[in-house]
Amino acid sequence: MMRRMNFTLGVAAAIMLSTAALSSEIAPEAVEFTDEGITMSLTGTPGDPVEGAKVFKNTGLGNCLACHANEDMASDQFHGDVGPALDDVASRYDEPLLRAIVVNSKTIFTDETVMPGFYSLDVGKNVAEKFVGKTILTAQQVEDVLAYLGTLKE
Amino acid sequence: MKRLLIAGVALAAGLTAASWSMAEPVDDTLEIDGKPMITRAKAPEGMPFDEVLSGWLYREAETRDLERDTFENPGMVPVEDGEVLWSKVDGTAGKSCATCHGDAAESMKGIGATFPKWDADSNKPINVELQINKCRTEQMGAEAYPFDKGGQNELTAYIKHQSLGLPVQIDLAEGDMQSWWEQGKELYYTRTGQLDLACASCHEANAGKFIRADHLSQGQVNGFPVYRLKSGFTSLHNRFRGCIRDTRAEMPKAFSDELMALETYVTWRGTGLSVETPAVRP
Ligand code: HEC
Ligand code: HEC
Ligand code: HEC
Repeated sequence: MMRRMNFTLGVAAAIMLSTAALSSEIAPEAVEFTDEGITMSLTGTPGDPVEGAKVFKNTGLGNCLACHANEDMASDQFHGDVGPALDDVASRYDEPLLRAIVVNSKTIFTDETVMPGFYSLDVGKNVAEKFVGKTILTAQQVEDVLAYLGTLKE
Repeated sequence: MKRLLIAGVALAAGLTAASWSMAEPVDDTLEIDGKPMITRAKAPEGMPFDEVLSGWLYREAETRDLERDTFENPGMVPVEDGEVLWSKVDGTAGKSCATCHGDAAESMKGIGATFPKWDADSNKPINVELQINKCRTEQMGAEAYPFDKGGQNELTAYIKHQSLGLPVQIDLAEGDMQSWWEQGKELYYTRTGQLDLACASCHEANAGKFIRADHLSQGQVNGFPVYRLKSGFTSLHNRFRGCIRDTRAEMPKAFSDELMALETYVTWRGTGLSVETPAVRP
């Protein structure tokens, strides 16, 4: 009973936070990269790892499995190997660096990387009309993916 | 400095990933009805690979087997449809292809290995599809086939099939072929779309790797039109357009200058590979 109340309160608080945060969402052009990566949350709303896992798998969203193997998703078929396996990735990188990798990996790796920038407008030529001016993921989806990546730790 | 450090981490992690899955093309040889096919050839000068490899080497055993035997190859059905079209009279002149070109086994031998080639009349490279349309409109008084329709892919496949086994070798010295080749090369390395990927991102930097369930090949064109087990008979420009769409970019029109330049360049990248039309692909 007690637990349930706490839970509801928590959710209510989270919802209030997210409404407050909407106005403080950082636009793709305004994201600040520092030596540590991107230290500020893009939304101010903590990411949801369950949502993040969905974004990670979804072929129309992150589609991260297309290029990265991930043992945590062993029940999903067909993990790609264009990029390194992401097992234990949160032990290798702190959150600000992971955020920078997901937002625009070219700032962390080289310009040659084939990993798309998921919250960047610095994209390729002749973008199809329906994607012009849009990022692959929303700011909150990036935060959700980060929350999920944070769970990939031994 | 940070970049360097991180590159090190990525590299180390990349190594483990590579050992986790089979990334290489198979060591296998292809004979079609007893005829040996060249599936590995020394790369032409100026290629970033040492060896050019047929897409066949990247396919699963069952898919590879389908291509060995023309009775099993589902792509032979459209090729046979193409054979019928070859001698079908069409247009106001009352002629068929056979009226002027006779036995395709003789007159069309080598076409599939040497096209696209320079066409002085249009002052552009011409591929087999456009040559068919040229003969239909100028020699037969028939309508040009629309892209992917009317028998275009069947007749193209029938013509290319007459070169089965012959090594691809296009002539870049004719006309302005060289400058079209250069435009094609430029396009091959240009990143497109929201996903910001070039042909080279997948078919050069990552050939041999898996992108989801797809084993990335060098993206060679020597088997086109191909029979895709997923989606049926598929023309080259349809495949080009699909790959470009997958980067979330606008697709150039079939037979546009962009795609003709790309066809010229990518065909050159497969110099020395046997024509495999109709190849079987997933
Ligand atoms: C088109 C392929 C591709 C896709 C899709 C992709 N990545 Fe990557 N990713 C790479 C490559 C390649 C690297 C290695 C860096 C390099 O060599 O450029 C990488 C590196 C990483 C790294 C660093 C890993 C390490 O151990 O160094 C992380 C974290 C990462 N990606 C997360 C993601 C996430 C999360 C997604 C989905 C939102 C994603 N990637 C989608 C290709 C991709
Ligand atoms: C009235 C005679 C005539 C008919 C009918 C005809 N062609 Fe041609 N074809 C030509 C001539 C002349 C050329 C060379 C000039 C040119 O490129 O148009 C040619 C060239 C070609 C070439 C290129 C040969 C090479 O060595 O470069 C191909 C391929 C071809 N024709 C296919 C066809 C097909 C397929 C058909 C039926 C749809 C067809 N032709 C119908 C007269 C004909
Ligand atoms: C996101 C990765 C990606 C990009 C970018 C890409 N392709 Fe592909 N392409 C594929 C995949 C996956 C296949 C099917 C498996 C294979 O053969 O590589 C394929 C297949 C092909 C094939 C058929 C190969 C065969 O053996 O039948 C050709 C030709 C091709 N691509 C050309 C291109 C060209 C030209 C470009 C640039 C305009 C391009 N691709 C860009 C992923 C890509």
